[in-house]
This record gives sequence, structure tokens and C-alpha cells, in this order.
Amino acid sequence: METETAQSTQVRSVRIIVMLKPGVLDAPGQAIQQGLDALGHRGVRGVRAGKYFEVELTDDARLDERVRRMCEGFLANTLIEEYRFDVL
Amino acid sequence: MVVERAAPVTDVLAGTGLSVEEYTEIQRRLGRAPHRAELAMFGVMWSEHCAYKHSKAVLRRLPVSGPRVLQGPGENAGAVLVADGWAAVFKMESHNHPSAIAPFHGAATGVGGIIRDILAMGARPIALLDSLRFGPPEDAQVIPLEHGVVAGIAAYGNSIGVPTVGGEIMYAPCYRANPLVNVACLGIVRADRLATARAAGPGNAIIYLGARTGRDGIHGASFASTELVGDPEDRSAVQMGDPFTGKLLIEASLEALASGAIVAIQDMGAAGLTCGLCEMSARGGVGMDVDLAQVPRREAGMSAEEVLLSESQERMLLVVREGREDEVLRIGRRWGLQAVVIGRVTAAPLLVVREGEGAVVSLDPRALVEAPIYTPPAREPEYLAAVRRVDPLTFPIAPPQPALLALLAAPNIADKRWVYRQYDHMVQTNTVVPPGSDATVLRLKEAVPCGLALTVDGNGRHCYLDPLIGGALAVLEAGQNIACAGATPVAVTDCLNFASPERPEVFWTFRETVEGIAQACGALGVPVVGGNVSFYNESNDAVFPTPVIAMLGVLNDVRCHATAGWRSSGDVVVLLGGGGPQLDGSEYLIALHGVAAGRLRMPDLASTAALIRCVAEAVAQQLVSSVHDCAAGGIAVALAECCIIGARGASVALSPAQGQRSDVLLFGEGVGRILASLPALNLSALLQLARRFAVPVQVLGSVGGDRLVIGADGAGVHGPWIDAAVHDLARVWRREAAA
Amino acid sequence: MDIGIVVFPGSNCDADTLHAVRDVMGMRAQFVWHEERELTGLDAVILPGGFAYGDYLRAGAIAATSPVVRALGGYVDGGGLVLGICNGFQVLLEAGLLPGAMRRNASGQFRCEFVSVRAERVDTPFTCALAAGQVLRLPIAHAEGNYYADAAMRAALAADRQIAFRYCDPSGGVVPGANPNGSTDAIAGLANPSGSVVGLMPHPERASEGLVGGEDGRLVFESVARWIGARHHAGRAPTATGVEVR
Repeated sequence: METETAQSTQVRSVRIIVMLKPGVLDAPGQAIQQGLDALGHRGVRGVRAGKYFEVELTDDARLDERVRRMCEGFLANTLIEEYRFDVL
Repeated sequence: MVVERAAPVTDVLAGTGLSVEEYTEIQRRLGRAPHRAELAMFGVMWSEHCAYKHSKAVLRRLPVSGPRVLQGPGENAGAVLVADGWAAVFKMESHNHPSAIAPFHGAATGVGGIIRDILAMGARPIALLDSLRFGPPEDAQVIPLEHGVVAGIAAYGNSIGVPTVGGEIMYAPCYRANPLVNVACLGIVRADRLATARAAGPGNAIIYLGARTGRDGIHGASFASTELVGDPEDRSAVQMGDPFTGKLLIEASLEALASGAIVAIQDMGAAGLTCGLCEMSARGGVGMDVDLAQVPRREAGMSAEEVLLSESQERMLLVVREGREDEVLRIGRRWGLQAVVIGRVTAAPLLVVREGEGAVVSLDPRALVEAPIYTPPAREPEYLAAVRRVDPLTFPIAPPQPALLALLAAPNIADKRWVYRQYDHMVQTNTVVPPGSDATVLRLKEAVPCGLALTVDGNGRHCYLDPLIGGALAVLEAGQNIACAGATPVAVTDCLNFASPERPEVFWTFRETVEGIAQACGALGVPVVGGNVSFYNESNDAVFPTPVIAMLGVLNDVRCHATAGWRSSGDVVVLLGGGGPQLDGSEYLIALHGVAAGRLRMPDLASTAALIRCVAEAVAQQLVSSVHDCAAGGIAVALAECCIIGARGASVALSPAQGQRSDVLLFGEGVGRILASLPALNLSALLQLARRFAVPVQVLGSVGGDRLVIGADGAGVHGPWIDAAVHDLARVWRREAAA
Repeated sequence: MDIGIVVFPGSNCDADTLHAVRDVMGMRAQFVWHEERELTGLDAVILPGGFAYGDYLRAGAIAATSPVVRALGGYVDGGGLVLGICNGFQVLLEAGLLPGAMRRNASGQFRCEFVSVRAERVDTPFTCALAAGQVLRLPIAHAEGNYYADAAMRAALAADRQIAFRYCDPSGGVVPGANPNGSTDAIAGLANPSGSVVGLMPHPERASEGLVGGEDGRLVFESVARWIGARHHAGRAPTATGVEVR
């Protein structure tokens, strides 16, 4: 486990988006597009559905790496999903 | 004309839904003005949804007792003995208003709530049924409601592991902005282990079990008691459910009950913690001392009223024997739930609720539970005379074959597989006859070879034309469906969905409907062991008076059951029962002429009851290959369904009565007619059985080929009324594109 | 012979599976709580269907992090047998004990209905009572059964004979119309290369009695009964130690 340094008392917010990889069938996205169409919304060319996470974690120099590990090992199934994140 | 409820004269009453008269009564009972939190509790406990103020007096008309009844109305659900030492627990609830605002979550939490009512009787929930009403299915306002509701029921039921084994959906314009979502749940428990909500034993612990408390559904109970004219964006009234926590709650509650440490149990549903505390103590004639600071919260800064009124889902209240608290807490925590002692039972009938040091509530709980009962004025609606003057025989006879196809394609009749294939109807491996038949049949692993049959039925259009007859027809239709499966009806639970009872016409209709239900239940010897009333189902339109009947039946040997489709070519097709068809109020009249009108005839209750007993017996004796009752669309649609489901044809001849029109004969509706197919070898045994019950039997023809042919008996002048390939009928019924 | 049936928070086919294995098939079986790490003594472990952890994040994802699933790798290395049914199969995929991933059904909806599947590999403990190409009628009940493997995995699956079942029509034809969820290569069930770990989406425990669902599912349990019986007979049973039950 990482040791927390004096610096890490600050808590950072991380926003993570997980999407299906392009080329993987997006059944939810397709269904949502059909729904928009049925409700009369014009000009919708495509919908992709994904997941959004907000994670609060203590800050340290290896924050990005920690987030990447969370994503690759758990939050995203990297066989079919890709991820990106922003640290606020 | 809407009768204005007396406007609250003080700000104090605003938002509580209480009238000035009710407030005066509260002061009289307490001998003082209520404190803030107490007033909020009165507001929800005396709401129509919780208190049944406008319905209680009328509901006393219903028969509630019988030799099998272990628990009638008055607890969280009713219970009947179904097999040696085993009880079935049964209840239906509505979640109409939340589903109109948020269809997915409203329907999902409706499922969660009724499951917890069954759990509160100590029973494991084993089946769900849903009865839904929507506006016309192609209507842009209706599509998201219908799909949201079905998805919500599926999401919750599938995840929590209780199979949705049956249901019905009907469509009519009056439901466009007022969908109805009624969900029934069945549970099983040893008859000597039925739980109760009656708190007892001063010193016993009050334990909170389940999810944390948030601000969900604040004033949801009072929300259900008003018409939907407010801001549809008002989200504070909608509760969010979590079926995962619901499942944990089932397992933890049943484990705690099995330990013997539980004295009483209640779910926190409508009116949340308030309802749990005051109902449990009032029923037990005891008091409680509760510390709100102990209640696990999901949000910071919640006031005492918010904690008391919150309708956060998936929470139960337990009374646990003093000294055994840790056992129960351990069970709850092992399942990942919040489990906390929040108070103690006291001897004196005083409910004391503290927040920190001070008591915010201190009153006799019976004051909250014994709400006023009203008998509002009743007046026969003016429209009735007008719709009854319409004679269906003044409409031209529609060509029969196109009429049959139109009816098979009609939303109220067409195949509903698109709905139930989204429901896990097999989990728990008890489903013997899945959705799609007249009634579902479940086996009982605990009491082999017994089985249970379930159906849910209601027809608002019939009640619109005649509430008394419509109420009776709903019960008889359910009884026929139970009999078709081979079961004997044993219990009813109902959901009575109406508009505002403060309108004399609506209240009159409600009273007449209950009278009809009472008469039919009396004729069948079936008690109503519990139910629900949902008023105020109106916005700009009012709904048809819509009583929904869920009926439970018992099979002594579940292996002796029947379904609707033909089974064997060469089988004889017979019609049992002397019910007379009429076009008044029929699906045919709506589909072909766009008219909901006519004068219904009261069926012969005694002979319909005899028919039901006869058919159940015929199936139990394994005399018949298939059974199906004639309902919406009349005998022609019923015959078509037998062919489609059985994937084979039939050739039958019908005998019109003197002067009877072909459309009346083919498409007329009404109870008292059940189709059966059977090997010719069994015909004389069936006739003998039918004679014993004084049930008329007509031989119509036989199963065979791949076409449905319906002709006129004896007349060779015209060709058959119907001559269609079963394949084509199936295509229309299943709404499939032409091959 | 001892069969362990894992119970996760949210499993809902555990009791059904116990009923099929113990009450219908007559095998000794018990529940195994998800926090259990000790699996020695169990001849086979079944991960049942349901909605473990509500299917939150992804079906099977959170359950894959539980102690009992983390112990499965060692258990399998020691000769243990594992069957994953529906949600159980999803857990095995998320845990990496079988390759690939599940997506939402192509229809976008939960589907509860009967399908036909063809036995593709019949030399595993869970399929040895079947004939190659035998068609079974089994029920499915899932919203995320759309199996996905990339091109490299598909090649490996074929090379190592890892496809255990494929969706087919009643006469055994693997045709698009018979695929209920869009699964790659119509895959309904997989095995690891040695065959000791098998996962399938259909529910054999729901087709173990004629009264409810037919009897084709029994063959999966008969297979493992036969396999374990033969192994005991040959003296290769794992040593029995205490195993905590629920």
C-alpha cells in the first residue's frame, strides 16, 4: 500500500469516462438512438452509450498511475472498453 | 364537478394534505395542538393512500373469511392454507402516480414494495403478476410510459430473483395520462410461522434493517392522494429502488425470522418509518420509544420530519426479543445491510420519538392509525343512461373473417410475448405453465404434488358501462382462468383503481363495483384476503373505473393441469357452459365501430360458479387435452387462439340461437363459456361430469388440419364464416410482417 | 462426492442449483459463502446464475474480486472443477478464468426463453455424458449474454477446442436466426483448454425436471457426477477437509 506523504492530505476529484471500443456493438446506444427518433428528435446521426465515474482520492505524485490501474483492472473491461479521465 | 376540499386556513396545514376538520379532530384527540413532526405524521397517515378514508366503509361489504383463511385484511398481506401445513401469502398494490411521472422507477419500486409486504408476513416471495393500463400504444405520450414500466418491472423483478409469471395489459384512451401499474406478489411460508406486524413485549428491541434513509419520496403518500395537475418535474415524490439491496433484505429477513428472535416485522413502505412505528405499536396495543439519531442516513442535515416521512426503499422494521438483538444485527450486517437498534417497545400505548434530547413526537399511536372514515355522497353518473341506450345491433354486421383478423391484431388481444420474454419467469424453478396461458401454474416443492394457479384480470370498459356487473365479471373471468388451469379458486386480492372519490359519480361507481365483486366472490366462495384502493387516477381525463382482481387457485396434483392450445388432431372440440354472448361493451364494438357502449347483462352467478367447478374437475381428472375460456373477442378469437397456440387447425360449427346475428355469436362476450378439446374416448365421461354440475355441453367439431374453419351448424347456404390458415392467424396475432 | 455452490450477495439461482444437484440428482452439495477461501475437499464448484452485486459496474465484475473467486485459480490448479452458469459464466470471464467478455444482448433487452444449443466439446467433466453434436433444449434468462472475443482469441479458442456449446436451431444447425443474443461464433458456452473450467449462459438447473423445463439440463450434472465418480474410483479424489457452509 502506498504511504501517504504530508502532501497527500489534499483530495482530488477524478472524472472517468468508459466507452465501448469503436467496432464493438453498442446495443444500448442503438436503442437510445431509436428512442430519440421515436420521440421526434431530428437529425440524430449517432449515439454511443458509456459510463461515467466520479472518484475522490487522496493526491500524490502517482495519481495518474493509480487511476490508470483502477481503470485497467476494474472500472473498464479493456477487452471491449476504453477509458479516459480528467483530474480536476 | 370537483368538490373542493376545504382549503387549509393556516400555513401549518399547507403541504400536509389535511383539511381543517381533520386538524380539529387531531387537536381533539391529542388534547393539544400537534407538534411539527406529529403533524407531518398525521399528514401521511391520514392520506387517502394510507388511511382508506373514503373506501373503508364500502370495503366492509367484501367477504373476507373462509375455512382456508389464516389472515384476512389487516396485516401486510393475506394468507390462506394451500397444502398440508403450508400457507400462501398474497397481496396486490398499485403504484400508479409514481409510474406516470417516472415510469421505470415508479414501476420498479412498485415491485419492490409489494415484495416487502409479502416478506413482512414471514413468507419467501415466489411469484409476481402485473396488471397494466395505458393509453393507445402508438400514442407518443404512451410509448415511453409503456416501455419504461415494462423495463422497470423487468429490471427489478429479474434482479431480485422473483419470477414475473403472469399479467395483463390493456389499452384505452382514458389511461393516456393516467397509467395504471398494479403488481401482485405471492409468497410461501409454513402456516405455523406466519409473521405479524403486532409489536409486543415491553423491553424488546426495535431494529431498523436495510438501506440507509435519504430524502426519497417525501410526502409520496400524500402525493398519491392528489390528482396529477402539478409540475411533472417534481422529482421529490419519486422513490428510487435497488433490487440488489432488496434481495439482500429478503435473505436477511428470512434468516432472522428463522432464528425465532423476531416478534414482529413490518416493511417501511408508504409513509416510511412513520407507518412502521405507529402501525406496529397500535396493532400491538403497546408503545415505543425511538431515537431518530440512530437511524442510518444517506444524506446530511435531514430534519426529524424528513427521517420520519422518508420513503427510501428496501427497509424493514423488526421487533426483536430482548437479549437476542446481537444475533439479528449480525445477520443483517453479514448480508451487507444497515442493522441498528433504534428503540424499545414500551408498555404504555405511547409512541415517543426523540431527536437528540427532546421528544419530537409523543402520542398514542392509535390516534394516527385510526383515521376518520368518510361516507361521501354518491350519485349515479349521467353518462350511464346515454351509453346504455346504444344498441350494438344498430351497427351493421362486419364481414366475419376481416373482423377476426382485426381483433387478433387489436392491442388488447394480440400476443404479449414481447412483454413477458423480458421477464425472468423461470427463476426459482417452480413455473409449470409459463405466461401466455389463461393462468400460470406453479409447483410447490415444499408440498409435492400440490400446485398453485394465478391470474390477474380486470376490464375497465365493462365497469364504465355497468360498475356492478363489471365488478362481478372481473371476478368470474378470473375464476374461469383459474379453472382452465385445473385449479380451484381459493383467494382474491384486488386493486381498485378509480378517479376522485370526492366526486359523487365516482364514489357511486366505486360502491357499485365493490358490490359486484362481493356478489361474485360470494357465489364462488372465495374470500378477499387483502387489497389496495387507488383513488385520484385522473388529470384532465378520468380513468375508467378499473377493479383488478388477482386470484389464487390450488391444484391437488400439479401434474393434472391444462393449457389453451389444441394438443391432438382428432380431438373433439366442445363448448361448456350456457353463457350468452353480447356485443355490448365488447372488443369487437371498439375495434370495428370505435364505440364503448351498450347495456351489460348480469351473468347467472350460480351457473358460472358451477361451470368453474366443473372445468376444474375435468382437468383434474385428466379428461381433457386443452381448455380455454371465451373472453375478449368472443368464441371466434378463443378458437383462433387455441389453434395458434396449439399450432394446428380445427373445424367447428356454431348454432346461432333463433334470430341471433353472426357477429353476436362469433364475437359476443360474456362469462359462462369455456372451450375444451378432448379425445373422443373421454367424451361420455365429460358429459357425465357436466351433468353432475348441470353444465350444458355442445359438441362443436374437431381438431385437425392446418386451418380454422368456423361454420354455421346445419346451414349449408353460405360458406363458413371463418376459413383461414392457422399460419396466417398466427402472423396477425404475433404482429409479424408478412412472410 | 461434494459439490460446492457459491453464494454471492445477489445470487438468485443458488437455491435452484442446489435443488437440481442435491434433490434431483442426489449428489452431496452445499452452499459456499463468497468470503470463503478454502475450497479443498470440494470435487466441483458451481458459480450459479443471478445478479451478483446487482450486476453493477458490469455483470460479474465485482463478484470476480471476491475471496472465493480469487481462490478458484489455485483450486483449479489443484485439480478442482468449476462450472459457471449464466452470471457464473460472466464471473469466470471477468476473473480471467475463461477468455473473452460479455456485452449487452444485441436486442438490447433481457430475454427469458428456450433455446437449442449444440455440444461442441464432450470431453470435459461437464459434457462427458453428451454425444458430440448433441442438441439440448435449455432456457436462457439474461440481458448480457452477447459473448465477444477478438480475432486472436477466436483463433486460440478454435485451436484449443475451447468452445463447449453453440446456439443452434432444434435440428442442430448453427444459423444466425438461432443466436438469441448476437454472440460471436454463436458461442453459448466455453471451456478452458484442459476442460476443468466450463461456463455457459443457458441454465441447466432449470431443465432438470420434466415438470418444469424439460430434462436436457440434467445431462450436465450427470456428466460431472460420472466424471467425479470415475476419478474417485481411480483413487484421485482430493483430500477432504472442512469447508465452511453458509
